[in-house]
Amino acid sequence: MAEAKKYPAPQGNPETAPFWEAAKQGKFLIKRCTACGEPHYFPRAICPFCFSDQTVWEESSGEGEIYTFSLMRKSPTGPYAIGYVTLKEGPSVQTNFVDCELEKLRIGQKVKVVFKPTDGAPLPFFTPV
Amino acid sequence: MTIKGKAYIAGIYEHPTRHAPDKSTAQLHAEVAKGAIEDAGLTKADIDGYFCAGDAPGGLWPMVDYLGLRVRHMDSTETGGCSYLIHLGHAAEAIAAGKCSIALITLAGKPRTGAMPPRAQGAEADFETAYGATTHNAYGMCAMRHMHDYGTTSEQLAWIKVAASHHAQYNPHAMLKDVVTVEDVLNSPMISDPLRRMDCCVVSDGGGALIVTTPEIAKSLKKPLVRLIGHGEAMKGPRGGKDLDLTYSAGVWSGPRAFEEAGVTPGDIKYASIYDSFTITVLMQLEDLGFCKKGEGGKFVSDGNLISGVGKLPFNTDGGGLCSNHPVNRGGMTKIIEAVRQLRGEAHPKVQVPNCDLAIAHGTGGLLGVRHAASTCILERA
Repeated sequence: MAEAKKYPAPQGNPETAPFWEAAKQGKFLIKRCTACGEPHYFPRAICPFCFSDQTVWEESSGEGEIYTFSLMRKSPTGPYAIGYVTLKEGPSVQTNFVDCELEKLRIGQKVKVVFKPTDGAPLPFFTPV
Repeated sequence: MTIKGKAYIAGIYEHPTRHAPDKSTAQLHAEVAKGAIEDAGLTKADIDGYFCAGDAPGGLWPMVDYLGLRVRHMDSTETGGCSYLIHLGHAAEAIAAGKCSIALITLAGKPRTGAMPPRAQGAEADFETAYGATTHNAYGMCAMRHMHDYGTTSEQLAWIKVAASHHAQYNPHAMLKDVVTVEDVLNSPMISDPLRRMDCCVVSDGGGALIVTTPEIAKSLKKPLVRLIGHGEAMKGPRGGKDLDLTYSAGVWSGPRAFEEAGVTPGDIKYASIYDSFTITVLMQLEDLGFCKKGEGGKFVSDGNLISGVGKLPFNTDGGGLCSNHPVNRGGMTKIIEAVRQLRGEAHPKVQVPNCDLAIAHGTGGLLGVRHAASTCILERA
């Protein structure tokens, strides 16, 4: 099942290192552009909207709602549910839903971030509130 | 500047195999190249342009050498299953610009009996790989949201498979020749909600190839004349997660570009080859191309509307990816080939569209629910 799954460790790079350092502290970061004001995810050095390099890290509430999902009924590691969460701050984030009854997931459901360990930095997942 | 009418498809070939344990991938490329060159009535020495995508082992360098080509124009644009629709547009551009005069495009591979090249990853890898996006669940996510936003039903999706199966019964090479019902589709096992097994295409070995050339050369050959009159291409991804909407594809951009260049409208189209990796792929693309309004795809595909001789928009008359084949998990090539057959009048008599003089071939490549490309080709009988 999902809880027993071994997740790959993020490889990391200079552009995203602060995200993974924060993840080790249980913090979920997004990026915000101080030029156009837009938040984005996954994090980039240069804003994907206005192309300004004035982007800054911001801690997300880690709260949002399910935009969509799909429950994969079979896989070598058991069933799992992939989906997108639309964060309170705006950006939608690809993730898996964990620590819940997968058959009861629904669009619009409130969820919050939880981190799961890897051999490196922990990875963000979401679970129903 | 336009490519309208400046390039003709003079040769087509679809490999009959669906299972090729005794062949190499490069060999399959050579076999489909040979087939298309012979269909056009040309020889290998005539080829001066070559196009291939990620399925060609090693890409351009080894393929051009292995095939023994001597080319003056090359393109290895890789956009998954719609690569070949983009190649067709790019070949037309190159021919219009005089960069080559006879272009060969090949697709081949063996997902059933050999290793598939891994999907290349980009800057998103650390933020997505662990979540296990596959074709099934990436398209499942689109279907789930489409149902939520527009009330699309599993029954409506099933009609797309039903229509494909009606066509496949006449294709001796089709992997799945049995006509199925909406109930059959709904009774097939759930794979990734809300998509069931019969919402998914087949996995097959095989391939296909095209010869694209100038109007003058095409007219000197013996095959019925088919020309490209409009082409569009586009890409779509989560784009930083802003305003995510998985209910439409990049076809909303590639389609209008192609229709505008061709000077025709969806209502003029007599036959449609629409990439059918999954039933939802077809439904969304039909909406995005303007065959019906956004959200009304479910109604549009119901009651046999896609069945040749029955409905208003005959589609995928070879049985498509849902029933016939899906070489290398890439459906763009076979979409073009069946459209050309229809325009030539060479489709199976049971599914041939009468007086078929205008067709569309359209597809997406990549993962519809993550990031993907789309390409649209409008083809005309000259």
